Amino acid sequence: MKYLCLICADTLMEQMSAADRDNHFEEYREFTEALRESGNFIGCNRLELPTAATTVRMRQGKVSATDGPYAETKEQLGGYYVIEATGMNEAIQVASRIPGARIGCVEVRPIAEDPQTLRALGLPVRQQ
Amino acid sequence: MNADAAERIRATVDSVYRTDSRRVLATLIRLLGSFDLAEEAVHDAFTAALEQWQRDGVPDNPRAWLVSAGRFKAIDRIRRRAKFDSTVADLVNELDADAEMAPGPNDESVEDDRLRLVFTCCHPALAPDAQVALTLREVCGLTTEEIARAYLTPAPTLAQRIVRAKTKIRDAGIPYEVPERAELPARLDSVLRVVYLVFNEGYYASSGAELTRHDLSGEAIRLGRLIVELLPEPEAVGLLALMLLQESRRAARTSADGDLILLDDQDRSLWNRTQIAEGSALVEKARATRRFGAYTLQAAIAAVHAGAQSSAATDWAQIVGLYDVLARGDPSPVVELNRAVAVAMRDGPAAGIALIDALLSRGELEDYHLAHAAKADLHRRLGKTVEARTCYQRALELARQAPERRFLERRLRELAG
Repeated sequence: MKYLCLICADTLMEQMSAADRDNHFEEYREFTEALRESGNFIGCNRLELPTAATTVRMRQGKVSATDGPYAETKEQLGGYYVIEATGMNEAIQVASRIPGARIGCVEVRPIAEDPQTLRALGLPVRQQ
Repeated sequence: MNADAAERIRATVDSVYRTDSRRVLATLIRLLGSFDLAEEAVHDAFTAALEQWQRDGVPDNPRAWLVSAGRFKAIDRIRRRAKFDSTVADLVNELDADAEMAPGPNDESVEDDRLRLVFTCCHPALAPDAQVALTLREVCGLTTEEIARAYLTPAPTLAQRIVRAKTKIRDAGIPYEVPERAELPARLDSVLRVVYLVFNEGYYASSGAELTRHDLSGEAIRLGRLIVELLPEPEAVGLLALMLLQESRRAARTSADGDLILLDDQDRSLWNRTQIAEGSALVEKARATRRFGAYTLQAAIAAVHAGAQSSAATDWAQIVGLYDVLARGDPSPVVELNRAVAVAMRDGPAAGIALIDALLSRGELEDYHLAHAAKADLHRRLGKTVEARTCYQRALELARQAPERRFLERRLRELAG
């Protein structure tokens, strides 16, 4: 199964001291390398600050774009991993090793991948 | 077959249902990969047993027969559905292929299945109230209506809670497995917490008129025994001991009118000696491992009380010592409150009042009725009626349970006299 791990924290990379940031990048480098080796890795990236976010809505044919993320919370979305895991227990194990989990938290969301979704999105439908 | 023989078979099926239906369910969940399919299959298997055992006699290994019958009934069901839905055709093929490796009467794998079921129902990714409901439903075999009644919750709400939990198990890919060694301590904590929640709901019902709801405590003890049998970790043993020792006082802790009787005033001849003996032996067993934790320590404290002839003859110094260890490993204001009461018994009420005042001034227990009731009682012992009344009043404002309220009102009346 695939899982999306959303990394949320009060303090994102941009808000850290240079030394802390360098350390944190190094932790991510090590973790991601280990993830590639274990075969759990599918994809990942870091997100710009929520201040760079724009929320877009389409209502009655009109586009509305507003400043900021769609939900205002203290903890901000800072990055993500997409992983392959045998099930929730392995996904929790992987998520617990994401460096951001020690500072903030990681939301683990299963990716649907049901046949209807896969067909609708033009993705290959795997035989179970 | 005559009516007597038919009745005998029916009784046999009933008895196998009581002893083995949860084992059969646990194995079928593994084989079929679905709680819902497995539940239907258990039902089908027992229905088939009623009919076929009348005709062919009771099989040598009823459990293996039921697992096998349940699996084939489930494959039949899926096959019928597959005619209408091509997406389940794959599932049928997969299950057919698995059927080659049909489960023998291998007890080890069957016991593993029961542990898998326990760990899955108590998975920390499920909401706490869903863990409790699912465990009582699937592991203990209580009906949704029984659980709803025990928790004073409308049955549809409870049914929905269970459905949501099963949906999450499926959609989130919560695996049907016993956790690996590295994860085991944390996951066992989660299991034991569920068991103790069920016990406490039965023992100190959090609201309502009945002080105890015996059935839930009984289920929790049964669950505790099952876990000790399957996975005899020290804290599992400690929790079973704790529940038995608390349960041993059940007959003494309420009066005929349902009023609360405090430990000091309980008629100790009403304490259940069998439960005390078993609980105390389990405490020793858990402590001997040197890997015990908070449940074992609480059980050890309960065992000291259980071994004393009276409140005055209690080894309060030992109890204070056990609370010290408990507070170091698992610091909480409630543990400190209990420790304060033990200190009061050892060193006199004034020492206890000073400790409780310090706790209250930190603000954490300000809304906890038992903190005020404990302080009131110590003032009462010192003969300080005015202070005692003030504290009992405050406790009464905070207490929610009818028997506890009656107890506090009684104390207030006594002090008014």
